Amino acid sequence: MPQRQTGPTSGLREVMSPAPGSPESRRRARRARRLRRDGLAWLLVAPAGIAYVLFVLRPMAQSVQFSFYDWDGVTQSTWVGLDNYVQVFQNSELYGSIVNAFELIVYFSIIPVALGLFTANTIRSFATSRLALVSRTVLFLPQIIPLVAAGIMWTWLYASNGTVNQVLRIIGLDRVTRAWLGDFGSALPAVGVIGAWVHFGLCMLLLLAGMTKIDPALYEAARIDGAGPVREFFAITLPSLRQEISVCITVTVIAALASFDIIYISTQGGPGNQTLVPGLAIYRLAFFSREVGLASALAVVLMVLVLGVVLPLQRLNREGDS
Amino acid sequence: MSRSGRSVQRAALTATLVAGALALAGCSSPGSSTPEESETPDASAPSESATPDCGTEPVTLKAYFETGFPLPSELAAEFEKQYPNVSFDIREDQFAVLTQSAPRVLVDDPPDLMRLPQMSELAKDGLLLNLDPYAEAFGWDEWPASQLEQMRVDENGRRGDGPLYAMGLNFSMTGVFYNKELAAQIGMTEPPKTVAELDGYMQAAKDAGLTPLAQFNGGATGGLAFPLQALMASYGDTSEINDWIYQAPGATIVTESNIAATEHLQRWVEAGYFADDVNSMDYAMMMSRFIEGDSVFIFNGDWESGNLDNQMAGNVGFFLMPPLEEGGSFGAMSAPLTYGISAYAANPDCAAFFLNWVATDETARTIAVEVGGSHPMGLADAYMPPIAEGSVTAETLAAGAAIGEQDGAMDFIANATGTVYAEGWTPNLQKLVAGEIDPVSLLEAVQAEYEREVG
Repeated sequence: MPQRQTGPTSGLREVMSPAPGSPESRRRARRARRLRRDGLAWLLVAPAGIAYVLFVLRPMAQSVQFSFYDWDGVTQSTWVGLDNYVQVFQNSELYGSIVNAFELIVYFSIIPVALGLFTANTIRSFATSRLALVSRTVLFLPQIIPLVAAGIMWTWLYASNGTVNQVLRIIGLDRVTRAWLGDFGSALPAVGVIGAWVHFGLCMLLLLAGMTKIDPALYEAARIDGAGPVREFFAITLPSLRQEISVCITVTVIAALASFDIIYISTQGGPGNQTLVPGLAIYRLAFFSREVGLASALAVVLMVLVLGVVLPLQRLNREGDS
Repeated sequence: MSRSGRSVQRAALTATLVAGALALAGCSSPGSSTPEESETPDASAPSESATPDCGTEPVTLKAYFETGFPLPSELAAEFEKQYPNVSFDIREDQFAVLTQSAPRVLVDDPPDLMRLPQMSELAKDGLLLNLDPYAEAFGWDEWPASQLEQMRVDENGRRGDGPLYAMGLNFSMTGVFYNKELAAQIGMTEPPKTVAELDGYMQAAKDAGLTPLAQFNGGATGGLAFPLQALMASYGDTSEINDWIYQAPGATIVTESNIAATEHLQRWVEAGYFADDVNSMDYAMMMSRFIEGDSVFIFNGDWESGNLDNQMAGNVGFFLMPPLEEGGSFGAMSAPLTYGISAYAANPDCAAFFLNWVATDETARTIAVEVGGSHPMGLADAYMPPIAEGSVTAETLAAGAAIGEQDGAMDFIANATGTVYAEGWTPNLQKLVAGEIDPVSLLEAVQAEYEREVG
């Protein structure tokens, strides 16, 4: 970090500063040039900057503003202060949705990363073969399928006479069969598995890419020292992948906390709010109950939670680097 | 530049951006610039001289219909044929989309005719045109009052009384459809006359290895509300249920008869009369199972009559939920297919004329029955098209008359407030199926949700 104290522009400025002329005129010339260059920089940044302010910061600020009002989205609103936030934490349904989202992290993050590590490590061992290419492609496919399509497909698989139950019946596990998405115990895990299936491909590919960067000499040295594959994995592969793992976890944790599509398609929060997540609750509050204020408050809480989980992850990653 | 200096600068930049965004957001409170204040909508008053009509100049009626239901579009096509100066500009969406966009559309892009979701908020907020002047001009006030009752909303947003804010294209009715072949298998030759008889047939179906009831109850659709409300009407008084739906002061759903009805439903669950996957079954799945003969009964409405006559010709029957004891009282959910006119509509007269035409024109009434499957609006002795003997459409129309005599029509318990279905009935009925809640707690949870909104 400290190296960055003199930014690239200031370095450039010193190299290019003119030799002749009085100190005064030199200073003026420098300022003019800086102004011109800064002006150009601002001009280049402006389109993106304006779009960012208009379409990202403004809606965000509006959400924060709305969260202090009782508003149905159409008629005059009334200021209610922090009431909406109090409701978010008092309403068992709403904080229940937050708890569900955290439970989903297990399925959306931990399982894909763990499985991704294992699979990537396996594929690496035959990295150059055609089989590696095929398995990489097949495993990555779920990532390019729209989430809505994935949701629909899995509701069919999970149906009471769907593939999942058919397979269970074939192997004699009739007693385990159930309407997976309609059962109070299994609905959330079932939805979680859909998420794991979707995110697994991304994690696997990222980790595999990371593994190709690792110097083969390290493995050779380890092998000479008598390390087995397990030792190799934990002593070399895992530490070298810290950055990739942190990216995977960040992306998938956000996907878990802010999940919406898969659940909207497969269970719509049911049965009995077992799979209700904040994203869906916000949507329902804003568009069906028309409680825009409460929906905004929940959205702000969700944003703070996501930041609260993701920022420490980033810091951990950065500290590891230095 | 020192590290702290940089962070100060960054903080300053962030502050500027946020401040700018806030300024853009406009710090006035949200909703302060709705058209209500800037322009007062033309107060309904149809032209005084004659009954309102579509005139002779070319008129384009802007319409917003529900996808998947051909009735309004077929009526519109017939209307265009009879009144060539009128053309329809139709936009369609699914009901869920209609529900969420209704307030915005009614203000920003006001349709002359719109399929309405739960309407008390819309009427209270002044987004719908008061139809009372039209009712008077066209003589709708001479129709059976119960037809229009559900579409009246008072200034507090309570339904059942007050000005008329919508009109029906027809009114539907619910009961029990059954598969005749399967019914014969379990020895049911005629519809049950008491709830106990129905229980017996369900048990017989179960014993015969059939699925008695594949009722939808999955996702966000608590379809067990259909049998529950039917049982409530058999156990109790329909007017009490209506009072609750219309948000009468002090009304509660936690009554002795409703508890008894919910306990009865729970016995059905425990006896295994419902398909084992009802909690993940949606409406379309229920229909396909019933049509394929995988369910002996379903609780549903006459909007499916036409469809079922096509798909299961001769093999489908209908009966109203029977009373507890023979000759006792019973009821059915009955609701108009509501259409409203935006308070900001460009052609309210023509739209109202269309709504009146739907209820009075013979061809329109025929379409309402044949395509919609339900009873047309209008005078009790108005023209009725001939219906094929033995069709389920004929049975549902006859049942409608029976309910009319009984005065047993109720609105749907899911319509009591905007959210009581999604937040109250659906999750708690799903819990009942899973054995996670007892009947009293179920009704109490629904009542709590109801009071949260009614206040």
